[in-house]
Amino acid sequence: MTLRTALFIGIIVVAGQGGDISLSMAMKQMGEVKSFTPRNLARTLGRSFQIGWMWLGIGLMAVGFFSLLALLSWANVSLVVPATASSYIVGAMGAQFLLGERVDKMRWIGVLIVCVGVAIVCAA
Amino acid sequence: MTERKTLRTKTYVLLAMMVVFGPSGDVLLSRGMKQLGGLHVWSFDGILHFFMRAFTSGSVWLGIAALLLFFISYLLVLSWADFSYVSPASALGYVLVALMGYFFLGEHVPPVRWLGIALICVGVFLVGGTHPDTRQSG
Repeated sequence: MTLRTALFIGIIVVAGQGGDISLSMAMKQMGEVKSFTPRNLARTLGRSFQIGWMWLGIGLMAVGFFSLLALLSWANVSLVVPATASSYIVGAMGAQFLLGERVDKMRWIGVLIVCVGVAIVCAA
Repeated sequence: MTERKTLRTKTYVLLAMMVVFGPSGDVLLSRGMKQLGGLHVWSFDGILHFFMRAFTSGSVWLGIAALLLFFISYLLVLSWADFSYVSPASALGYVLVALMGYFFLGEHVPPVRWLGIALICVGVFLVGGTHPDTRQSG
């Protein structure tokens, strides 16, 4: 793996998970959705786009997506996709340190096993 | 206690929607784009014409609708559930795709992939045993 490939995998993972964490931040600010009527759902989703975190999340996800497209132009998909399975670990770390979630031992073990499983499924 | 049960139930329902609609959207989009054939003319007009044709495909529209439902379910579940809970749990989508390929399309699934699928199930089971919202779990 070249340095450039490793760098792009890093960007994809960090930007992608940063985007998801920003979306989570935006939705947590909205508060728990309790009514699932179409009207309330439309209002909730509409209001969520007035929160800065939502746009930051979308922007970061776009950075991750276009970096993936760029990386796939020179690197093999059989390397790229399993490598991005490490997103689950980065995401859990971000959730713990940025969102203040209590990721206990059981959840960490589950996250690590999922990460290995996804890498195997994508590589096989 | 009842509130906890309600929270778990709605979390499971929305996760199930994510697991079904996410991979379905990818498959439908892929099928729709493959039906169009490859993009051969790389001029502005060629690309514009290609995408205009893409939007006449029923599969592409169904794919977009499925991905939209996936995204809405994802946002809604994140309004109460932990990201560190939702993200690994949604990996069940990989399992669903493999099972659908095996049972409905008769695809060969190599033993190594079955191992990966089993690991994802075990991991999701462990994550699923934790509380979806650690801010409320006391």
